[in-house]
Parts: sequence; structure tokens; C-alpha cells
Amino acid sequence: MADVVILLDAYASVFGMRVRVALAEKGIKYEYREEDLRNKSQLLLKMNPVHKKIPVLIHNGKPVCESLIIVHYIDEVWKDKAPLLPSDPYQRAQARFWADFIDKKLYDAQKKIWTAKGEEQETAKKEFIEALKVLEGELGGKPYFMGERFGFLDIALITFYSWFHTYETLGNFSIEAECPKLISWAKRCMQKESVSKSLPDPKKVYEYILEMKKKLGVE
Amino acid sequence: MEEVKLFGAWPSPYGYRVIWALELKGVKYEYIEEDLSNKSDLLLQYNPIHKKIPVLVHNGKPISESHVILEYIEETWPGNPLLPSLEDPHGRASARFWTKFIDDKALPFAMLLMTDGEELEKAAKEVREILKILEEQGLGEKDFFGGNEIGLADLAMGLIASSFGVIEELAGVKVLNGDEFPGLCNWVKKFKENPAIKKNLPDPDQMFVYYKQKREMLINSRAALSYK
Repeated sequence: MADVVILLDAYASVFGMRVRVALAEKGIKYEYREEDLRNKSQLLLKMNPVHKKIPVLIHNGKPVCESLIIVHYIDEVWKDKAPLLPSDPYQRAQARFWADFIDKKLYDAQKKIWTAKGEEQETAKKEFIEALKVLEGELGGKPYFMGERFGFLDIALITFYSWFHTYETLGNFSIEAECPKLISWAKRCMQKESVSKSLPDPKKVYEYILEMKKKLGVE
Repeated sequence: MEEVKLFGAWPSPYGYRVIWALELKGVKYEYIEEDLSNKSDLLLQYNPIHKKIPVLVHNGKPISESHVILEYIEETWPGNPLLPSLEDPHGRASARFWTKFIDDKALPFAMLLMTDGEELEKAAKEVREILKILEEQGLGEKDFFGGNEIGLADLAMGLIASSFGVIEELAGVKVLNGDEFPGLCNWVKKFKENPAIKKNLPDPDQMFVYYKQKREMLINSRAALSYK
């Protein structure tokens, strides 16, 4: 019996993109459903009653929520192709630790870059670049975060790349100037079809954020 | 030769999660108590990014962040499993979901300890809503979040069984009651009955003294801030 896979998502979500990349890496056929976050579908509310958020992966009718948990799930179910996590427990712990760092440090800082102004925005930019520099240090001279192969931690971070143009324009700074090695890594990832086809056009993200700002009244 | 060290700071619930996991699996370890107001060089060396406990050091290699440590312990010492098997990826995802859920909701629980008056009322309301979700959607008809046995999600929820009662007493609220939350109350009872857990619960009287001091200090410092 064939697997039925549905992804409830929103095209500009860095979290949703992670799942798209993971599914593409494994070559899984799925139905993509775009959610209007201001008018959530009954299905979304039913499948994620606790948080009512995307992404939600629905596999043969059963939901999985939270982007990194979904990526773990995908790796465990479709284990015979393109492993996303390394096999060594210590390496896996490192990957999970840094993914947690991205969700804690990077996410909060980047949000203020496009919602705040003045000193608050400057502080956010500083924190954002600091976090990126730490991650750049962790990458070191390796092609991907865990070594020779693209995997879990690359997936966790690369999705933010589609928002870099937005941060740079609204924050008036250059990420490449601060973190050139990280940008090389990002461009390397973007050469993979699983990544380039899963990430939205950065210009579209920027337009979307401008609209969001208007609606939130934070121009 | 296996060398396992755990850096913790009593009575941190995050540290206790790791203690419980190691004890349930019968892993021998050396516990090192950290003074968080005067962190050791070793701790700072092992966790330079967050400088926090718990940190597990296995054969010299450090792992930080309690939920990361728990998964590492599960993978390294697979005896007495704390996650459903690989044949049940959905069950595993569920355990991870509830672990993340309680971690993301740490602030309202902390506010119960740190506030009084209107702010305390607000915190109590939020905690009540969290417990409702746990009761209805997390536990449902099950004895444990992990199903029939204690699992990683139960360890993550452990603070509800260990320190929550003391914090309620100090705050003068009673949120976790048997009428509204029969499932959770049953869970607390069963959780504390487990032999490995029972032997490793923080002493309630000592916790009372510790949290009372903390509460007074936090409330005073918040009051001082609000008069700026």
C-alpha cells in the first residue's frame, strides 16, 4: 500500500522549508497544502490542536508536528535512503545541540531585525551576526556541518538563507561581509535540487514581509 | 572503560531528568554538584556556549541540553528503553513533541515561583491551561506519557511530580488538584512509585527552604525593578 503524505505549510516559513528539504532529500512524493495563517483550515486545527501551527506532516492520516521532530520522523521512517542524521550517537548529539541553538538564538534575533527599529533592531542585528559567527566557527573548513554529507544540521539552518535578503535590506547590512564562509556553505547547499526547489525566491519573501509589517502596523 | 560524569545543580529539574535516565538504565556515573553563582572552569570548558547545567561527559566528551542528553543516553545505553522502538516512529515523535512542549512552557511555571498578586494569578491561569492540555491530550487514557512504562517525556514532565507541589505551596495556589486533573494526579503517584525514581527525588523539606529563599529574592528584585 502506498504511503499518503500531506504537508500543511506556509511558503515563507523557515520551519516548513526544513520539512520540504527533508522530503525532497528522500525523494518522497507528497501533497503540499498552503495554509493561510490568518484563516487556518479545519484540518490544521484538527491535526495540531495543541499549537495550531505549521508545518504538520500527515502520514497515512497521522500527524507529526514541530519541524525538527518531523525531520527526525522522516529520517526514521524512510531510513533506507539518504540518511539525514549521522549514525554515531555523539555526532547525533552535536547535530541536535546545534539545531537547538539555531532555534533558540538565531530565531529570536532574526525576528527583531524585521519587526523592530532603532536600538532594538541594532541589538538584534548584533545578536544575529554573533550567532551566525558561532555557527560559522562550528562549520570550520568542512563542506557541510557534519562533514562530507549534507544532513540534519544543514537542513536546520539553510532555510534561513531565503530570508537573508530581507534581513539585509531591512537591517541595512551585509551578511556576506560578516560571515563569508557561511555564505559559501549556503551557496553550496543551494546547488542541491532538494534545497533550491524547496526554498522560496528571496524577493518574494521580502515582499511577503513588507505586507506582514503593514498588517502588523510595524512599518 | 566507561567514564560517565554528570554536572548538575540541585534541585534543577533539568539535572534530575538526566539523573533519572541514568538510574533507570543502571548506568554508573559520577555526579558533580555545580555552584551556579561560581561556575567551575570545567563546566565553562564543557559548555562554553550556554554555560549551563546539566552537562553529561562521556569518556571525556561533553553533551549539553537536557533533551539532547536524554536522546544520547537512550542511544548509547539501549537497555530498558525510554523511547518506543524504531518500529514506532510516530510514538517516538510523540515523546519528542511532549518533551518540547513542556520545555517551551517553562516560563509560566517559573512565574509561579517569581511573582505574587495579579501576575501570580495570571501565571496560575496559564499553568492550569498547560496542565489541561497535558491531562487531555498528552496523557489521555494512558498511565504514563510514554504509554505503559516511564519514557523520556515522563522524565521531562518530572518537575510536576517533584518540585511543583512545593512551588504551589509557596505561591499559595493549588492548581494540580484531583478533581480537575485525575489523570495527572495518578501519573504523579505512579511516577514517584517507580523504584529508580523514588530513590532519586529531591527532599521536599530541603526544596521548601531552597525555593522559599529563591522566591523572596526574586519577588524583591522584581519589586525593586518596577520602582525605577
